Parts: sequence; C-alpha cells; structure tokens
Amino acid sequence: MTKHVRVPFNGTKEQEEKLNKILKSLKNVPGALMPALQQAQEIYGYLPMEVQETIADKLGLSLAEVYGVATFYSQFTLVPKGKVQIGVCLGTACYVKGSGDVYAELQKLLGVESGITEDLIYSLDATRCIGCCGLAPVMTINGDVYGKITKDQVAGLLAKYKE
Amino acid sequence: MNINELNAIKERALASMGPREADHNLKDIQERTVLVCGGTGCTSGKSKIIFKEFKEEVAKAGLTGKVHVIMTGCFGLCALGPVVIVYPEGAFYSQLSPEHVPEIVESHLLNNKVLTQYLYKETVKEEGVIKALAETDFYRKQHRLALRNCGVIDPENIDEYIARDGYRALYKVLTSMSQDDVVNVMLASGLRGRGGAGFPTGRKWMFAKASKADKKFVLCNADEGDPGAFMDRSVLEGDPHAVLEAMAIAAYTIGSDQGYIYVRAEYPIAVQRLQIAIKQAKEYGLIGKNIFGTDFSFNVEVRLGAGAFVCGEETALMVSIEGNRGEPRPRPPFPAVKGLFAKPTILNNVETYANVAQIILNGAEWFASMGTEKSKGTKVFALGGKITNTGLVEVPMGTTLREIVEEIGGGIPHGKKFKAAQTGGPSGGCIPAEKMDVAIDYDNLIAIGSMMGSGGLIVMDEDNCMVDIAKFFLEFTVDESCGKCTPCRIGTKRLYELLTKVTNGTATMEDLDKMEELCKYIKENSLCGLGQTAPNPVLSTLRYFRDEYVAHVVEKRCPAGVCKKLVNYSIIADKCKGCTACARKCPVSAISGAVREAHAIDKAKCIKCGACIATCKFGAIVKG
Repeated sequence: MTKHVRVPFNGTKEQEEKLNKILKSLKNVPGALMPALQQAQEIYGYLPMEVQETIADKLGLSLAEVYGVATFYSQFTLVPKGKVQIGVCLGTACYVKGSGDVYAELQKLLGVESGITEDLIYSLDATRCIGCCGLAPVMTINGDVYGKITKDQVAGLLAKYKE
Repeated sequence: MNINELNAIKERALASMGPREADHNLKDIQERTVLVCGGTGCTSGKSKIIFKEFKEEVAKAGLTGKVHVIMTGCFGLCALGPVVIVYPEGAFYSQLSPEHVPEIVESHLLNNKVLTQYLYKETVKEEGVIKALAETDFYRKQHRLALRNCGVIDPENIDEYIARDGYRALYKVLTSMSQDDVVNVMLASGLRGRGGAGFPTGRKWMFAKASKADKKFVLCNADEGDPGAFMDRSVLEGDPHAVLEAMAIAAYTIGSDQGYIYVRAEYPIAVQRLQIAIKQAKEYGLIGKNIFGTDFSFNVEVRLGAGAFVCGEETALMVSIEGNRGEPRPRPPFPAVKGLFAKPTILNNVETYANVAQIILNGAEWFASMGTEKSKGTKVFALGGKITNTGLVEVPMGTTLREIVEEIGGGIPHGKKFKAAQTGGPSGGCIPAEKMDVAIDYDNLIAIGSMMGSGGLIVMDEDNCMVDIAKFFLEFTVDESCGKCTPCRIGTKRLYELLTKVTNGTATMEDLDKMEELCKYIKENSLCGLGQTAPNPVLSTLRYFRDEYVAHVVEKRCPAGVCKKLVNYSIIADKCKGCTACARKCPVSAISGAVREAHAIDKAKCIKCGACIATCKFGAIVKG
C-alpha cells in the first residue's frame, strides 16, 4: 500500500572499523551472534544487509542464519528509524475529525508515504486508536501526545522537534 | 579476599552508611540518611533529578558528612512515586518533585522540622507525629525477604551489600559445606522456582550435580516478559549482588565455573547495575579465580535478550544465548542433563536466586517455617490495574487474595466493585471474587484454574469485560508465538478469531464449545510452556464468567460496556439539561437537540468513542 524510501547503505569507514573490532573480539565467544547484532545495531542504528553480510562473514556463519536471527527478535530492525518518530492516529474518531488531512499534510511535508524520510530525521507511521478520542485528532511525536491538532500546526510541531 | 577482609569491609561500611532504619524515639539527631528511590517507576518521575538536587542542596547547606544521600532500588509503593525516605525519623516523602527539595533540606535536614504535608498521608498521625512505615496497611502484612535490600542499600556499592551480610553465605558454602550439604539445605528449605512453574530448586540442583560433564553452566532467567510483572527488574535494580552471590553458590553446588544472566534489553537500568556489580565483585575477588582462597572459580556474563517473550522458556532462552532464533526444543533431555551448549545446566529465576543466600545463612528450617505446606517462603507480587496502591509487595505464601487487594493494595479506587484478579500473565487465569479467600500458593492457584506465574497480579473491576481481557492476552500470545509448532502458531490464532466473533456479537453458542475444545488441543499438543498455558486466560474466564460470554453471544450485549460493537450510548431525557456540552464534544456530530431541551444520539452516526459520557456533568448519558 505504501511506498517506502529505500535507504542506500552509507556506512562510514569509522563505523566499519568499529564493527570489525567488535567482531574480532567476539570471534571465539560462544553464542556471539546476538551480542554482535546488538552492537552492530548500536553503531548503525539498524541492521542493513551489508552489515549482516559482514557479520556472517567474520563470525563464520551463513547469511541465512544471521538473517534468521535478525528477523526473529522484535528489537532488531532492518530499516532505520528517524530521530523524530511521528505517529498519527487513524482510528475512527480521529479520522472523522480530520486526522486523514493531518496525515496527508505530513506526507506532503516529509515527502514520504510512510516510514523514514530521505534526510533520515523523521519517520512517519499511522497508528491504531490510542484511546484518547476526546482529544481527536491526535498525533504522537517521540511519545508526546498532541491533541486537537489541525493541519496548519503540523509544520510548527515538526520544526520544534528538528533540533 | 579472606574472611577478615570481608569483616573489615562490613565494619567500615556500617560506620559510614548513616542510619538505615527508623528510630522514632531518637531525640538528638546527629546523622541522617536520605534514600531516594532509583527504581524504574520513580526514575521516570524524575527521581534522578531529585537525587541530584538533594546532593547539591545538602552540600550547599554545609551538611556533607552529616547527611548521606543515597539512591536505592525500589521501595515498592510505586503509586506514590517518586518517593524519598529520611532516616532515622522514617519520614516517607511521596510524590515529590525537584522543587520540593530545597524546602525539605532547609526545614527538615537543617532545622529538624519534618514537612508532614509532603509525607505519605498514611504515615502521619493526627498530632503530626510520624507513624512507622511498618504500621501502614501497605507494609504491615508484608515480609520482605527477596526484597530485603531493595530500597535500603545503594545497589551500585558492593560495600553496602557486604554490610548487610553479603557474600557471607558464599563464604560459608565454600569453606564449610560440601556440594551435597548445599543440595540438602535447598531441598529441606522447600524453595520452589519463582519464575512460574514452581519446580523445587533443590531437585534441579541435585540433578545437575549428578550429571557428569567437563563443563556445566549456571543461568539466571531475567527475561521477565509478562505484561504487568516487574519484580525481577526490581531485584536486579535494587540488589544485584544477591543474584551474583546465589549464582556462585549454585555453581559451586553443581560443579560449574561459568554463569550467564539473560536480561531483557528493555531493562537498561537493571543491565547497567548488574554490570557495575559484576565489576565490583571481580575487583574484590568474589567473582573470579580461587574465591576465598579455595579452588572454586566462577565467572559470570550478562547476555541481553532482544524482545521475544518466548525466550523466558528455558530451552528457548538457552538457544538464544547460543546465538540462534529463540525457539524451544522438546524435553527430555532436560537442561540438567543437556542444556546450554549441550552441557548440564541449571536455570533459575531472579527472585528464586534472591532467596538463596538467606536460606544458607539462616537455615532451611527458618525458611520452611514461612508459607504453606507445599509452598514455602514468600512471594513477590507486582500489583497493578484497578487498585489504589500500585506497586511491589512481598507476602508469605498462603496470604489470601483479599488481604493483598483490600488491605495491602488499599482496595479498588473510585468506589468500584472488585470483579477479578489476573495472575500469571498470559499463562494464567482470572480469579473471581468468590475465590478471594483462597490462600495463595502454587497448588491452590492451579486448582482454581490460574497459576502463580512470575507474580503479576492485575486487579479488575466491574468496568472490565472478561471476554475482552481474554482477547487481550490471546492477542499477546498470537503475537509472541515463535511459530515452531502448529498447535500454538495456528491454534492461538484461531482461538483469537473465535474470541473476536464473541466480542463482535457474531458468535454462536456452538462457538463457545469449539473454543473449549480448541483450548484443550492447544494445551495438550503445544511444544513448550507458552503454548501449553496460552488457553488459560480463555478457560478461566469461561469457567467463572461464562454468563458474560453468554450475554455477548445470546443477548448481543457487553455487560461491562467495553466491547464497542455491542455498546450503545443513549441519553436519559429526564436527566438531560440541554447544556449542549456533549453535542459540541462529539467528534462525529451524532448528538443533536435544542438548547435547554433533551438531546438525542443518532446511533447510526455514533462511533462509540465515549467522549460524551466524559463530558456530561449530569450523568445523563448511559451505555449498555
């Protein structure tokens, strides 16, 4: 339904060195894959395929094994999340009060249908009812709840979180 | 490290810790301790800033050396967070904010005048005299054993643990007890696993000791996944050394030299404190080679989970430490024979370990004197839901649900009626009001269709729909099923769909029978504990609240007014003053009516959001 921004892998030399150092120290540790993935996610913010390949290669595992583990646990993510995470409630009460317009405004401003923006700062998601219909329409930014928002307020809110 | 050094550390720490208990008769107070709760609940209420403020204000007031400011683990009364206790008065400040700190330092710490207006009101007598915490309803019936150091010591300072007889049990075991002695003490104590199933800890250790292998492992299960349970987190945050000491004792007993603690990554404070504790214990030689000069060596590592509920199951936890997808495997072979990396392994829960050193020091008889015939000692419960005193309570086994809910928990807020308590999380069941006087222990809970589980205790009142609750837990298990075995992967999904039919009002009475049959299949045929217990929330609500299911199915009505598809809102014309408040609030303009005349709701437009009920000042809107 939605088109996602494909984030090209742009790991730095510095990140690669960090990862290699960690993988070297984990080389002979039994059960090294989980700590490797956790630390790799800390370095890159997510687990792109290129990083999974490096991990498989350096720990002597198959890519399938690495991918299998990375997709089993909910804390591992294969796509990056933005620094500013936005959720717009598209539950019935919010929708009829215009959250669809708010969502459309956000899509326009951020240039994505959903997911992360190209500048990697924001990620946008439609959420289910968050249970404060009296405040409809509602959006959340990094966990803060904003009620009775109009599409004119959206740009201001985004700017507030950019810093 | 030898015993003389351990004693010296204890003496030194005791001399510099300041008062840690209440002395209500002390007149001339020279030294005080300010304990700030640093548990996760209070930390999210800014307790870290309060701690910093106290440190700064105390220094500014020239009280350094006379007032000790310490950040501890959880005090238990999370509903009143952030909380601070000042000893020796035992002044229990509650719901503080950083702005209160200068005033407390000025008045209380500098001028000896306790600010009773900020104290937990249960602790203030009419004359403005402080009542001991142990006399309040919340603490009176509690017996803090696993939590004995939580909220008393600084968890980031090993000396304070040693001051409270820490690592003395390890010394006793290593220097004066054989492996069989320890097994026998654990067996005699009657300690059973606190993680859920209640398997006798001594038996587990005995089996692992009997296994012959070149390498054995000792594991700690700190993957506390039940929504609503947080006792393991509190022990790790408040008393991490108790777990390390117990793991070392277990390792000696079964002949292991390596331990792993598997913690959820969602518990960052617990992980951090564990790592500090391990570092400090290593520096003192209490973890490492030749502990207390014996030939026993022990090393321990922390491994983080990554968000999979099923990893709380023992075989899944082990495969996860091995670096694989956390999918359980069939037993036997049991872990005591073939566990982590195919070596004999014991796995105990955090709270289980928190009891071990106390049992070694005080003896099996002391421990076995508490509790019921088959469930000894105490149990920590995380009280939550519709209850006044949300928090952590530790009571002797055999305490009744009524005592926990009505006395310790302070009852149900807003004058509502108790409907049920849910124990055991997604694996447990609902206990109805008529079973409130059952003494809580492992066997009684199973007999009434629930289970101890890890100790989450969620209270529900008349506004909760039991079908909806069952559906909530099923949604959780559907989400968390690892997918390896069919009964769990597909069975829970089909069960969830049947429950959805009930809450939508499209189910038939035959569907209820189908649900029961499906529950039985899932229980009997699932590979691991997750699947085997997943139907419990459905079975127990069907058993005690069948009339609610029937109301949904036959009358197409949700008695609690929760299931949206079955709820209708209407306005009682006699009570409506025509103030128009609801009409203005309604997000879909479903309410109409002239000013000062009774309004009406257009049921076709109504989306059942409840905004109108919350707005009406006259109680004129009803749902049902």
